[in-house]
Amino acid sequence: MNGHRVALAAPRRLLTLTIDGREVKVPEGSTLLQACRQVGIDTPTLCYLENLTPVNVCRVCVVELEGSRTLVPACSRKAENGMVVSSDSERVRASRKLVLEFLASSVDLSLCAPEVSAWMSRYGADPARFGSPEPGNVDRDRTRPGEHSPVSQDGAATVAQPPKLDNDTYVRDYSRCILCYKCVEACGSDAQNTFAIAVAGRGFEARISTEFDVGLPDSACVYCGNCIGVCPTGALMFKSEFEMRQAGTWAPERQSVTTTICPYCGVGCNLELHVQDNSIVKVTSPLDHDVTLGHLCVKGRFGYRFVQSRE
Amino acid sequence: MFGAGGGTSSYLEAEEADVIVLWGSNAREAHPIYFHHVLRGLRNGAKFYVVDPRRTTSAQWADLWLGLDVGSDICLANAIGREIIHAGLVNHEFVSRATANFDAYVEAVEPYTLERAERETLVPAQAISELAHAYAQADRAQLCWTLGITEHHNATDNVFALINLALLTGHVGRWGSGLVPLRGQNNVQGGGDMGALPNKLPGFQDVVTNLDARERFERTWGVPIPAQAGWHLSLMFEAMERKELTTAYILGENPLRSEADTDRAERLLGGLEHLVVQDIFLTDTARLAEVVLPGTASWCEAEGTVTSSERRVQRVRRALEPPEGARDDIEIICELARRLGTDWGHPTAQEVWDELRSLSPIHAGMSYPRLEQLGGLQWPCRDESDPGSPFLHGRLWEEDPELRGPAAPFTPVVAEGPLDSLNEEYPIRLTTGRRLDSFNTGVQSSHYQTPIRRPEALNLSPEDMARLGLQDGDLVRVASRRGSVRAPVQTDAGLRPGLAFMTLHFPEQVATNRLTLDAWDPLSGTAEFKATAIRVEPVSPAPPLDALQPVRSTS
Repeated sequence: MNGHRVALAAPRRLLTLTIDGREVKVPEGSTLLQACRQVGIDTPTLCYLENLTPVNVCRVCVVELEGSRTLVPACSRKAENGMVVSSDSERVRASRKLVLEFLASSVDLSLCAPEVSAWMSRYGADPARFGSPEPGNVDRDRTRPGEHSPVSQDGAATVAQPPKLDNDTYVRDYSRCILCYKCVEACGSDAQNTFAIAVAGRGFEARISTEFDVGLPDSACVYCGNCIGVCPTGALMFKSEFEMRQAGTWAPERQSVTTTICPYCGVGCNLELHVQDNSIVKVTSPLDHDVTLGHLCVKGRFGYRFVQSRE
Repeated sequence: MFGAGGGTSSYLEAEEADVIVLWGSNAREAHPIYFHHVLRGLRNGAKFYVVDPRRTTSAQWADLWLGLDVGSDICLANAIGREIIHAGLVNHEFVSRATANFDAYVEAVEPYTLERAERETLVPAQAISELAHAYAQADRAQLCWTLGITEHHNATDNVFALINLALLTGHVGRWGSGLVPLRGQNNVQGGGDMGALPNKLPGFQDVVTNLDARERFERTWGVPIPAQAGWHLSLMFEAMERKELTTAYILGENPLRSEADTDRAERLLGGLEHLVVQDIFLTDTARLAEVVLPGTASWCEAEGTVTSSERRVQRVRRALEPPEGARDDIEIICELARRLGTDWGHPTAQEVWDELRSLSPIHAGMSYPRLEQLGGLQWPCRDESDPGSPFLHGRLWEEDPELRGPAAPFTPVVAEGPLDSLNEEYPIRLTTGRRLDSFNTGVQSSHYQTPIRRPEALNLSPEDMARLGLQDGDLVRVASRRGSVRAPVQTDAGLRPGLAFMTLHFPEQVATNRLTLDAWDPLSGTAEFKATAIRVEPVSPAPPLDALQPVRSTS
């Protein structure tokens, strides 16, 4: 037995369900999203990530489940024997379209993965129908959480606001934030357990906030950057990337990604070094490696600069 | 352990353990991603015990913190062992089948009553008893440690004291139960595995007793291999003292700053006839050298492998072009060999690794393609169909004595306090450690800046701060029997009266190692960085208020 991992969990049954008229078998405990992906049905997700617990907030993965009054989020609804699911019904398409329209009309989605615009065309999302985007509120984060501003009559309300540059490691640009909660989860019980940030406020005034809305340097943040690692919209970004984008020198087509091992302690975390013009511009970790599950500490994420020092 | 120098468990086991004991380790800051696995274990319901003189950020997660006096680890471990025996919680089936020397252990721990342990370790008897019972009664328990155990003059005895507890309870050799020494640097494990130990050939093959192995290496390398153990670092320093060692070739290490007793290290390294340093920076040690060989950063400018604390060999890869003039370590070593009259050609990292695989049976199955495909492999991995070994010593649980192999012996050990004793002149115990965003002597971590970076400060308990009439930021003179430094002070409520803390991260600001004692453990050669007797004297007049500003701004 030496050398072989012992299975501690009970064996799992296979469940049978129907998705879009097709019979699908998945192991007990699988979600509808996993079932959809298993048979190659492309299901949009924004708040879902393999290394985080689903929080079901973005609603873009919803599917229609026979017998259920409401649409259900595929990312967290567990598959059951005999379920009949539609992933592309009129109701599903309308719901996904509206979610994408609301987000795109109020948030800058320009740095999202290209799939997002592909989903927008697939579902015919037209954010412009809410009017032209309003300039936003420079002091958005000064308003007290829970305080509501009057609803605009002509344009589309936005979360536009200036980016926050308050430290040397990363930048927070909440005009790009869709409130998917991933950063909150990664900072909280899913990985880092530092709990420096949470969602404060309600409705359109909701935002990601530190405790008592203090600046990041005064908060509990330990700069592990695990929030950047999970952010789907570019709202959280390495300062190096932010500055290069400002300067117009950010060029993903000239970047290579090399996996290596962190030079600090003996845990052996896998680092993906994103290199442009012989400089490390960003560091990530593979989500599927069981040492890190994609998460790093401050040294692994930001401690690389010594190697580029030419003193 | 039991012949192989590596932790017995995988990190994932912490997630499935019932009890996790972290002893002399602040993994939350020093091994943060290992601590993520511990945190998942806690969320899965594990009980968590932290044994540390400081109430660290790791201890803040514990069900119970055992704040022992610095250097009283053996007394505490022996008392835990005695309590397990007296409470009838010994795993007798495992002990009788798989271990030896049990009776001697029972006899040796008998004097360590809970009352005595409470007196000597300052941990309440109730807490010692609770840890003993929880550990012994757990189905699966992980016992983890770091430099709080090994940076003592009796480091090896400290480790034996912990191994004894695992043997007593059968917490080794099963998925979820094991002994986990967390390594401080990314390839400390690999360095030892590759034979960078004075008495081992690569793969933990003993240079003195393993004749077969020695012969195999001699045949492959075509040179005789001395059949005696060499010197470890502490013995090398003693040999420098005796002028027996006059030349040193130092690769990727900054001993002038990292060794205990800096004044002595400076005198000995400076007194060498010939010093060669190979590094990516002109470190303080390199400044003393006659010859400096600019190397490449092994983790991102070169190909190769490193080995982690769970014995996992993983590939490092070249992502950057090194600066002009810097050369790959393998290339430099082969060029040195050529100039010394031996032509090793121009091997690639993979060719060097494949030679190692042909000589070290525990690495034989780890081809580059397999390491790539499987995200690393854990040794032993004996052939290319071997999946590697998530945990060690499963053999101890075999029914068949043949498969079970040699018994794992208890090693009774006797408690002995730190050598640098406290007295009226030096009444405060200084211990050292790491902070989250910094690393060792700062050669690497000084090049980036975060808002949590704080310059060096002597951390003192609120009681000692009040007693000495000090405010945060006040400058003090810290003196030990070796030397003295000036440092600002800072209150740390995680310290008890009489206990102080500093790091080694900012030697340019505060040369902490001028204070530490270079007394070292006779088996491992590790110095007693964790237990220095000091005196703290306020320096008047009051220093400028900017004493606590960041030490280095980024360029």
